[in-house]
Amino acid sequence: MNLETSSALQRAAPRLMADAPVLTMAGMSRAYGAVQALRAVDVSVYPGEVLGIVGESGSGKSTLLRMMNLEDTPDNGDYRLRLPGRADRNLFELDRYERRMLRARHIGIVYQNPHLGLLMHHSSSGNVAERLLVAGERSFEVLRSKARVALDASEFPLARMDARPIELSGGMQQRVQLAKAIALEPSLLLLDEPTTGLDVSVQALVLDTLKRLQRERRITMVLVSHDLGVIRTMADRVIVMRHGAVVEQGLADQVFQDPQHPYTQQLVHAKL
Amino acid sequence: MNANSFILRVQGLAKAFRMFHLEATLHAFEDVSFDLSAGEFLLLRGHNGAGKSTLLRTIWRSYLPVAGQVLYQSRRGEIDLANAADVDIALLRREEIGFVTQFLNARPRVAAQDIVAEPLLLAGHERTAALEQARHWLDQFGVRRELWRAYPSTFSGGEQQKVNLARALILPQRLLLLDEPTASLDAGARAALVSRLAELKAQGVAMIGVFHHPGDVAQLIDREINLGTRVVAPAQHEEPQYVAV
Amino acid sequence: MSLATLTKPWAATSYGFLDASAKRELRRKMLKAVAVPGCQMPYASREVPMARGWGTGGLQVTLTLVNPGSVIKVIDQGADDGVNAASIRRFVSSVSGAAQTWDTLDASIIQSRHRIPEEILRENQVLVLQVPDPEPLRDVESNISIARQMHADADYGKLWLTLYEQIVRKGRIMQGASYPALVNGRHVITPSPIPRWDVPKLHMSKHLTILSAGREKRIFAVPPFTRVEPLVFSDRPYLVEDHAGLTCQRSGLSGFFMNELPMDGGGSRFEVSDSNLGIKAIRRTEGEPDGIGDTWYRNGEYSA
Repeated sequence: MNLETSSALQRAAPRLMADAPVLTMAGMSRAYGAVQALRAVDVSVYPGEVLGIVGESGSGKSTLLRMMNLEDTPDNGDYRLRLPGRADRNLFELDRYERRMLRARHIGIVYQNPHLGLLMHHSSSGNVAERLLVAGERSFEVLRSKARVALDASEFPLARMDARPIELSGGMQQRVQLAKAIALEPSLLLLDEPTTGLDVSVQALVLDTLKRLQRERRITMVLVSHDLGVIRTMADRVIVMRHGAVVEQGLADQVFQDPQHPYTQQLVHAKL
Repeated sequence: MNANSFILRVQGLAKAFRMFHLEATLHAFEDVSFDLSAGEFLLLRGHNGAGKSTLLRTIWRSYLPVAGQVLYQSRRGEIDLANAADVDIALLRREEIGFVTQFLNARPRVAAQDIVAEPLLLAGHERTAALEQARHWLDQFGVRRELWRAYPSTFSGGEQQKVNLARALILPQRLLLLDEPTASLDAGARAALVSRLAELKAQGVAMIGVFHHPGDVAQLIDREINLGTRVVAPAQHEEPQYVAV
Repeated sequence: MSLATLTKPWAATSYGFLDASAKRELRRKMLKAVAVPGCQMPYASREVPMARGWGTGGLQVTLTLVNPGSVIKVIDQGADDGVNAASIRRFVSSVSGAAQTWDTLDASIIQSRHRIPEEILRENQVLVLQVPDPEPLRDVESNISIARQMHADADYGKLWLTLYEQIVRKGRIMQGASYPALVNGRHVITPSPIPRWDVPKLHMSKHLTILSAGREKRIFAVPPFTRVEPLVFSDRPYLVEDHAGLTCQRSGLSGFFMNELPMDGGGSRFEVSDSNLGIKAIRRTEGEPDGIGDTWYRNGEYSA
């Protein structure tokens, strides 16, 4: 089956059984000066699944994730999230305030660099509480207990819940990011190279936690990584990106065992 | 059996691997057709490399077929697995179709009994009952009691395999694909497996299996398909290709 | 020959010291401030015969509002007779012809540093508070442009976070004076370094309050009948200073905000901070009419 057929397959097959996607992005294009970062990218993410986006530097995967987090807008493109109690509209049309509130309440994000995602000099529990405060929580006891629950679910030692991220190791910092991201039980969890840069043993532990959490709570996740091992461990479906375009997509085991596109084959076989 | 009561209807299924870096195409099988009804056990035969595993994986959709149809009667209606959307395949894999290999996808720090109980929990069964069932099957397959709360990632190959089987067979599926499940099993576990398969078969589960020693499951087999090979006449510049039929 | 014979007598070049364009700037910014309660409005702060940091912002507001019929009261930490308060009051009077008073009930304009008088202000009185630092987000975000954007976005998460951390680390919110408050349900202000005791007096008041920072060049306002709610967690109520049971040693008043004066040999004595109220109370003990008006606090509790 050639690539044309395989993507035609995704479009043509009538939706028989699965629930409608939580996230739909259509026709996403973005240029930064002379660089075309995204080329007419279509993405869907289904409830409770982990979508892996794999690609090398410059593939556009992080750009796409930033768009999902409403941190940046495309030159062209439509973005919809199926959220309880919300009308269906293109999220790129929201104003500043609406975007911020939507992000605060419905989207969690974990960055590769903890300095981006955390307030390093406030307490870890405070970092989680800040999310709850932005969403309007005003009871101190509730803030405390929800922070505790989120940190515990992220397998962060509660004895250190008031330690500041600046005092913690890389793996612990990522756990605080995770706790912060899931505190409000978001409809969508975005992870941008969450374990890249960590020691290998620590990576394994953090991925463990992620996997357990995902299985228990059926969180819908989009996981971006250049590391195929990470994608293989976590993802249900995979999108392969190159130079801003999607070159292949499919079930994770299929993309790794029977890659269709020459670039994907190269990537998969290149694993040392 | 009524021809219209099939669970699975494979028609003209073909698989070839296009390997760009070698500029070659590896043909695995072509023109495979068969029907499978509820409670039927189909054995795939053929020497090594004949494409038996490949056929199973193509039905499971780890591999994408290059031609043909795989019509499957799911609880929600008929669907062509060869052309279905990824999400629908994912749904069917969760709910109706099982794939049993010799390899366990060991998740670190999850206890054996929890791994085995999981399909029941996902299907909505109550926790205590699910764990009881899980322990029963671990016992049946000969996993020692001390190991039930331990992490399978630390087990030997054979023990992992038993956990694997217990999990794969705990919840009756509609269609079961078995890829050499008896490899590295001791006699006791093998017997437990066959017994469980017989039970499931009696409950109407359709099965397609590849077995290194078909004798193990002799009494379960309803039909066989032999994926023989023939040489495809090569073009001038090509090497001869071997195709499983 | 003397300087007196060589020069003409002094005359004000402009009524109320400030020139017309300065007053126009202040009037416009004050109106803007009233239109958006609690929102800091930048203004072109003029030079006045006083160093920055000594109440130039408050002075500019008072000089803009004053007219020959005004009655001016100026207090510093509650006292009319401090050097700075007295100087400002005399200066305003001399450049405007307005009358001076120490009595809260008689004043039409009350300029104050760090206290609100205890007697309830009426709808025909204006309270002008001197503000050293108008930005409640200063400790949370030092970049003033970003802080401004945070106010625009109603993005006060980080401010709430600092309050949360205070409770975590110290068991209670440590903020004494300048307690951050939400005005009209929209903008967070620092009510100037008035004690916690005074902040409730701003809530749904009959009078207009203008807060002005001359050095920082910002003006903001709490219009009459506007909500002013100190930032508190729903399960950690707002607490004022524990002065309800204290008695003023000079006037015998109790249940009002007190100044603490350490005594030789250890211990303290207390004097009521609103010194004119103390004077009225002394008059009462001497058998004269006291003229004490209604107060926000009664028997040591806020009850207005």
